[in-house]
Amino acid sequence: MTASYGSPVELERRTPLQQSLTVVWRNLIHIRRMPEMLLDVTIQPVMFVLLFAYVFGGSIAVAGSSYREFLLPGIMAQTMVFSAAVVAMGLTNDLEKGIVDRFKSLPISRSSVLVGRSISSLIHSSIGIVVMAVTGLIIGWRIRNGLVDGILGFVLLLIFGFSMIWLGIWVGSLMRSVEAVQGFMFTVMFPLTFVANTFAPTDNMPSWLRVVAEWNPVSALTAGCRQLWGNGAIADTSAQLPLRHPVVASLIWSVIFTAVFAPLALAAFRRRSQD
Amino acid sequence: MTREAAVEALDLVKHFGSTVAVDGVSFTIPKGSVLGLLGPNGAGKTTTLRMLTTLSVPTSGTGRVAGHDILQAPQAVRRNMGLTGQAATVDELLTGRENIRLIGRLYGLPMTYIRDVTDELLDRFSLTDAADRIAKTYSGGMRRRLDLAVSLVARPPVLFLDEPTTGLDPRSRAELWEVLRGLVRDGTTLLLTTQYLEEADQIADQIVVIDRGRVIASGTPTELKDRAGQASVVLTVSFAADLPRAELLLRTCSAEVRVDPAARRLVAQADGLEAMTRIGSAFAESGIAVDDLGLKRPSLDDVFLQLTGHRAESSEDEPDADVQPEEALR
Repeated sequence: MTASYGSPVELERRTPLQQSLTVVWRNLIHIRRMPEMLLDVTIQPVMFVLLFAYVFGGSIAVAGSSYREFLLPGIMAQTMVFSAAVVAMGLTNDLEKGIVDRFKSLPISRSSVLVGRSISSLIHSSIGIVVMAVTGLIIGWRIRNGLVDGILGFVLLLIFGFSMIWLGIWVGSLMRSVEAVQGFMFTVMFPLTFVANTFAPTDNMPSWLRVVAEWNPVSALTAGCRQLWGNGAIADTSAQLPLRHPVVASLIWSVIFTAVFAPLALAAFRRRSQD
Repeated sequence: MTREAAVEALDLVKHFGSTVAVDGVSFTIPKGSVLGLLGPNGAGKTTTLRMLTTLSVPTSGTGRVAGHDILQAPQAVRRNMGLTGQAATVDELLTGRENIRLIGRLYGLPMTYIRDVTDELLDRFSLTDAADRIAKTYSGGMRRRLDLAVSLVARPPVLFLDEPTTGLDPRSRAELWEVLRGLVRDGTTLLLTTQYLEEADQIADQIVVIDRGRVIASGTPTELKDRAGQASVVLTVSFAADLPRAELLLRTCSAEVRVDPAARRLVAQADGLEAMTRIGSAFAESGIAVDDLGLKRPSLDDVFLQLTGHRAESSEDEPDADVQPEEALR
C-alpha cells in the first residue's frame, strides 16, 4: 500500500440506492448471525396459529369457511402491523449504539440509513409471512380465488407493512431504548391487533366495540386478504363501511398512515440526529 | 505558526433548550498537528466535536474542516474526516473485517482498494488474528482499535477522536497513543477530546481547555504549565518536632513556604533542580532528619485547578461519563 495518509482516496460514485442496499446487507448479516431475531415473525406467530386453531378454533364459528382459513389472514395482518416494531427496535438499537452517528459521519445520503432499515424490515416481516403461509398450508389454509388474487393479497400486506414502517421510524426516533420500544409495542400495538376481526368475527361483539373493531385498520387489512383469498364470507350490510370494501379501505388506510407518519417520522429522526 | 489550518472552530455555540452547552468556542488546528480539547465532564467537548463533524448543527457560529465549511459543504467535510466516537461504534454482530468493509463500501471506495486497505488496517492494529470473529467477542482495547481502523478506511486527512482512551487499561492506552503518533507522522491532523491531563500532555501540540462551554485557556502544554507557576520542592521531615526549624531553614532558600503539619511536609516555591540541591545540602548540614525530598513540577491538573477553581474529574471509575447532549436534555 503506497497511498499516504493526509490525502483522501478517490471514491467511486454510489447512488443512494446502492448505499441503502449496503445497509441492507449489513442488517441481513445481523439476522444470519442472530437468527433468534426472527422469533417475533416465526415461532411466535406459528404458536399463535396453533393455539388459536386448536385451542379456541373449535369454539369460534365463522361464516363461509373453516376457522383455520379465517385465522391465517388475521395472523398475517398482525405480523405486518408488527413491522413497525421491527423497524423501531432496529433503529433505536442503532441510535443507542452510535451506529447511526457513524453512518452520518460518512459522505453518504442520510436517507440511506432509513431506507436500508425499512427494506430489511420488510424482508424480515416477509420471512414471517412465508413461514406462516407454509404453516397454514399444512393445517388446511388455502387460497381459493386463483393466482392473481392470491398474489394481490400478499401485495396488499406489503403495502400496509410499508405504511407501518413510518410509524416504526417515528417511534424508534422518539424512544430512548429498545426496552421502551418493546413496552410501547406490547401495551399499545398488541391490543390494537386484537380489537379487530383478526382472531374472531366482530358480529357478536358489544355494539360499540364492534364499531371500533370494524373501523380498526387491521380489520380492513385482514378482511381484504380474506376477500382476495376466498377465506370466509364477505361482510354483510350490517358491517361498518371499511369492511364492506376491505381492499380499497386497507389501501386508503395505508395512504393515510404514510401521509401522517412519514413527515412525523422524518422530523423526529432529523431532530434526534441533529443534536 | 504559518501552516495552513486543517480545522477551524469559529465561535461555535450550541444551545439545548435553555441549556447552553457550548458558548462561543474558537480555535485553529494547523495541518499535521494535534490539538487536545481538555475539560471536565459536561464542559462541552463532545458537543463541540459533534458540531465540527457535522453530526450536530450549531445554534450559531461555524467551522471549517480541510477548508470546507461545516454548514455550507457538510459532505465535503465528511469526505475529509474520520471520527472515532466516545463509545466504540463498531457493529458487534459483524466481524472485524466486515466492519471495515461495510464502511469502505458506504464510502464508495473501489472493491480492490477495500480488500487491500482492510488487510493493511487489520495488520496495523494487530487485529489480523481476530479479523473473522464477530466484534462482540473483542476486548475493550480491540474494539477501540477496530473503531479507529474503521475511521481510517478512506485515509482521511483529519481525524476526530472523542475520548479515545477512556475505559482502557494503561497498556492499551499506551498502544493507542503510539498508533496516534504514527498517524501524525504520516501527516494526519488530530483533534482529540480528553479528560486525561496526562493524555493531552503526551500527544497534543496544542491544548485548549474548556469549562462550561467556554475556552478558558489555550497554548502548548509547556505554556500552560508555566502559567501554573514555578516548580516546588517538597520535603518531608522525619520528626514533627523539627518542623519549626525546618521551616526557618527553608525560608532562607525560598520566598514562599507552606507547611502541612499532619504530613510533616513542607512545600517551597523553588527554581528547579539547582534549588533542590541547595536545599538538600542545607538540610544535611543542619542535621534535621529528612524522610523524603523531591521536586514537583506543576501538572496540567494544577493548571486546571488554577484556571477553573475546581479539579478536573478523573474518569477512571466512569468510562462514559461525559454527558450526551440528548441525555442532558431530557
